[in-house]
Amino acid sequence: MTSAAISNSSETVKSSPVLTALRRNRMAWLGGGTLFIIVLVAIFAPLIAPHDPLEQNILARLSPPSADFWLGTDSYGRDVLSRLLYGARISLSIGFLSVLTAMVVGSSLGMLAGYIGGVFEQIVMGLVDVLLSFPTLLLGLMIAAMLGSSFENLIIAIAITEIAPFARVARAPTIAVKRRDFVDAGRSLGLSPLRILGVHILPNILSDVVVVGSLWMASAIRTEASLAFIGLGVQPPTATWGGMIREGFDNILTAWWLVVFPSVAILITVLALNILGDALRDAIDPKTRSGQ
Amino acid sequence: MLGYIFRRILLAIPTLLVMLTVVFILVRLVPGDPAVAMLGDRASEATLQALREQLGLNQPIAVQYFEFLGNMITGDFGKSMVTGRTVLSEVGAVLPYTLELTFSAMVLGTLFGLPLGVIAAVRRNKWPDYASRIVSLIGLSFPGFVSAILLLLCFAVWQHWLPVMSRASSDPVTHIRNLILPALNLGLIMMAYIARVTRSSMLDVLGEDYIRTAQAKGVKARTLVMRHALGNALIPIVTVVGLYFGTLIGNSVLAEIVFTRPGLGKLILGALQSRDYTMLQGLMVVFAIFVILVNTATDVIYGLVDPRVSYKK
Repeated sequence: MTSAAISNSSETVKSSPVLTALRRNRMAWLGGGTLFIIVLVAIFAPLIAPHDPLEQNILARLSPPSADFWLGTDSYGRDVLSRLLYGARISLSIGFLSVLTAMVVGSSLGMLAGYIGGVFEQIVMGLVDVLLSFPTLLLGLMIAAMLGSSFENLIIAIAITEIAPFARVARAPTIAVKRRDFVDAGRSLGLSPLRILGVHILPNILSDVVVVGSLWMASAIRTEASLAFIGLGVQPPTATWGGMIREGFDNILTAWWLVVFPSVAILITVLALNILGDALRDAIDPKTRSGQ
Repeated sequence: MLGYIFRRILLAIPTLLVMLTVVFILVRLVPGDPAVAMLGDRASEATLQALREQLGLNQPIAVQYFEFLGNMITGDFGKSMVTGRTVLSEVGAVLPYTLELTFSAMVLGTLFGLPLGVIAAVRRNKWPDYASRIVSLIGLSFPGFVSAILLLLCFAVWQHWLPVMSRASSDPVTHIRNLILPALNLGLIMMAYIARVTRSSMLDVLGEDYIRTAQAKGVKARTLVMRHALGNALIPIVTVVGLYFGTLIGNSVLAEIVFTRPGLGKLILGALQSRDYTMLQGLMVVFAIFVILVNTATDVIYGLVDPRVSYKK
């Protein structure tokens, strides 16, 4: 959909070489493919999970990986594999929704700042600089601690930590495009600023925003897991990867499987997103694209 | 030059004001009555009222705001509602542990990250480059607590080489043994980060004309890389390392929790668990000041090492 939107707009030049570069990039396939599988697992978790993720089996508590429980059971006797599969839903949806929120709010702010300029731009970009200088995890921790940790609040907390980079990425090209002839023409034709921003400027910054999005989704998933580990995640008994590690940490001396498997799940997901993000960035940057 | 430093320090003041405002708003975002949120439903009306007064919650919001700013600027960060000690004394008691940890992590990260990045850039698209890139990609993908737990499992639980808990100790040998795993954990993540920045910074510099000129003049490869290229490539690296400090503090919170180590992280966790909101508010301000100080220092150092930065601006 994105590529179609880009290639339909008259003033964009990047679209097809980017796709070609992506298609040729083996890392893009690796990252994208892994991510695709994880998304499938999250969607079909109820179908593939061997057990109910909340079902307690006290007799089988803390049992190591076996034929019945492939990845072992936790201190309530719940199946680790099933909880892991369901946990993917929380991680991916919080990661995706928070980045989407940050993307919409951040790039709107950046575009408006670039387009309007003046005092408004200075205020917005000043705030953005402050947000950027504050460590993501600490900011997320503070907001989540204050708001209370529910699914929605976590999305808000993580989104706020990631607004700044989108505002930055959206502002610079907006300023560049604003000065182009076709925007002047639009303005003299009497098009509303909203229409100019949406129809003529947005398609030009979309590719950059999407790349930043894929890179920051990795960070969003990391932040969610870290908050859950501190105890600020979606509350138990809901299975989240960070929460599983938190619960398993109490039994780290005897039951390694409780922390190792969720750790691996987080690592693979973040790694896949980072690999995909790098490939996207390489594909969009004309310098690295020709060097491939 | 002095003027530049002075102006840069002046620039930190509005940033500090914005951060203080953000903290003020955040604390007032607590849903419902903050006094009830802090003390629980069963607290008596008298205790609730006392707390409201202590927090200044019974005053108009504007008065609260300026009182808050006044307190913070005069260095009164409030008192812990649990221990009754001031935020500053609580922070002062554990700060050396956190500083020691972040500093060792920075040294480790730079010590390993810099050569890794340089080798990757010099051997671009050969196996050392791929190896270095894979290592840094994996390092950057680890949430701080996940790598901490895996290190703990490998070196303390499965192999009893190092202690599981890194509690404070007066014995210097134990002290250092306690520091190894947490520092290694944060240092490895930092190494990944520095290697990546160094590689791209070196690649930029190696593509410059003056490098080709030096090459044509027959400068030895070693001198070329170490003196001509790295000297210039270091400038952006310094900035990035400075800016990374904030992330390092954030990660140290997690490392301290995993390794049961005293420090700011344990302090935050304790304040969260006991719903000690005055402590939390004070800690946020301390962190904010910390980050601003480091960012300002980084900018000043940047101005010192890079003659191209204009002092007039």
